[in-house]
Amino acid sequence: MKSKTADRIATAVFVVIAIMITAILAGLFFYIFIKGFKYISFDFLTSPSSNVRAGGGIRDQLFNSFYVLFITMLITVPIGAGGGIYMAEYAKPGKVTDFIRTCIEVLSSLPSIVIGMFGLLVFVNTTGWGYTILGGALALTVFNLPTMVRTTEDALRAVPRDLKEASLALGVTHWHTIKTVMLPAAFPSILTGAILAAGRVFGEAAALLFTAGLSTPRLDYSNWNPFSEQSPLNIFRPAETLAVHIWSVNTQGLIPDVEAVSSGSAAVLVISILIFNLAARLLGSFIHKRVTATK
Amino acid sequence: MVTAIKERTTVEVTVQSKSEFQPENILTVNNLEVFYGEKRAVNGISMIVEKNAVTALIGPSGCGKSTFLRSINRMNDLIPGASAKGEIVYEGLNILSDDINVVALRKEIGMVFQKPNPFPKSIYENITHALKFAGIKKKSLLDEIVEESLKKAALWDEVKDRLDKSAYSLSGGQQQRLCIARTIAMKPTVILLDEPSSALDPISNAKIEDLIVKLKKDYSIMIVTHNMQQASRVSDKTAFFLSGDLIEYDHTEKIFTNPSVKKTEEYISGRFG
Repeated sequence: MKSKTADRIATAVFVVIAIMITAILAGLFFYIFIKGFKYISFDFLTSPSSNVRAGGGIRDQLFNSFYVLFITMLITVPIGAGGGIYMAEYAKPGKVTDFIRTCIEVLSSLPSIVIGMFGLLVFVNTTGWGYTILGGALALTVFNLPTMVRTTEDALRAVPRDLKEASLALGVTHWHTIKTVMLPAAFPSILTGAILAAGRVFGEAAALLFTAGLSTPRLDYSNWNPFSEQSPLNIFRPAETLAVHIWSVNTQGLIPDVEAVSSGSAAVLVISILIFNLAARLLGSFIHKRVTATK
Repeated sequence: MVTAIKERTTVEVTVQSKSEFQPENILTVNNLEVFYGEKRAVNGISMIVEKNAVTALIGPSGCGKSTFLRSINRMNDLIPGASAKGEIVYEGLNILSDDINVVALRKEIGMVFQKPNPFPKSIYENITHALKFAGIKKKSLLDEIVEESLKKAALWDEVKDRLDKSAYSLSGGQQQRLCIARTIAMKPTVILLDEPSSALDPISNAKIEDLIVKLKKDYSIMIVTHNMQQASRVSDKTAFFLSGDLIEYDHTEKIFTNPSVKKTEEYISGRFG
């Protein structure tokens, strides 16, 4: 009788904890969403921000966020996947591998503001570029790389050993086996991991403050020459992202409608990240179905 | 064929020189020891494996028979800390030597595993995977090899209309025959079977056994099995392993009717193991 009561209490405690976590999450989401949703309009999304007058939008910040993310992933995915392949398939257990693993873990737990300071030192000052999209993307790469390495490593380790042995036993080389058997099998998990990492990068502010900067030059969206100063595609221009914008209007904004702009931006940011997460799940399970059984 | 394995090889074969090599033998094992780290799993065994015959390896779990089988095509290389001493002589070369081209070796000494392990690809691609890597690109030739190897594996009639379907849509027994087919497609000389039908139902098991008997015309086959009946039905010679030692190695009939070592008799009659 006593142990049954203990069991009931334990169950109740864990249910309460689960409800609490869900409630906090849902509450936070709805608070941001309800508070900001009324400010989101087509005009808000497509007009440039204003420094002093009310009614500014977030067009450039939204574009910058996606563009910085794109450049970051362009750098992170190949390097991170390569590192993951090395860790899962080539690294021999031993001191060197342990050291690399420790480095990756330390890197992933560095506070993002510290990575921002490091970026300022290296990608802004040492290179002499000033505040640039590329500098921001490189700082975010430092921030993102450990996740990508670990995602790839875990995904490859989860591929059944049977499959690898099957290919090797047929006289296929290790690299060709990785390329044609293991990576396709691991691809859905790698993709899911990459998109989730992208969500984290998308909302990152601290690492970008000192690297991509707090301003955006006047952009001309019809100018597609990536070397032109006004081109949105120029990677050597400063770029304020959405997350940085929320921080900057709240701390140093002179506009009268700070509340509207920051709430609206926050809602857009949260919705974007939510879309990333949903897309990661849907795409992951879709591709998993495609590459495995039913075809 | 041999030249491919040899390309980076300068092996001195001490015990068995080329001229003494008996044509009816495919492998000569001399004092083979296999270690996992410090632990010795195979204690210096020697045996001669006949060409175009089925050799069964029997013995209780952990007796070293699978370890022995996996050292023949160097699959143990994948296990961290595994190492082997002694010689396994194939076509005059010691295949345990460091300078053996393992990839070329595995094309000639193929392996089928305990659990069917088709690739998550179509039936057709399962067979062409290694062929394409080996440089065969011509569609007509690939088609021909796919058909030929599926026929040899007695699977062609069941799958010829759905070669583009996932291999996962096949039953366990069909998957295992597909695994045999893709091994045959590489035109090996030796096929190693590691308990190939222990995960299958009795009917699939019978099909695999029929297949093994048919295949020995073209290939030398070594099979690890826990199933005494299977060993007695399919094999010409049987080797009995116990705690890493080769206890007895003789014609299957002799082993099962009149073994010369008492331990063998005890194991076969089911008194331990």
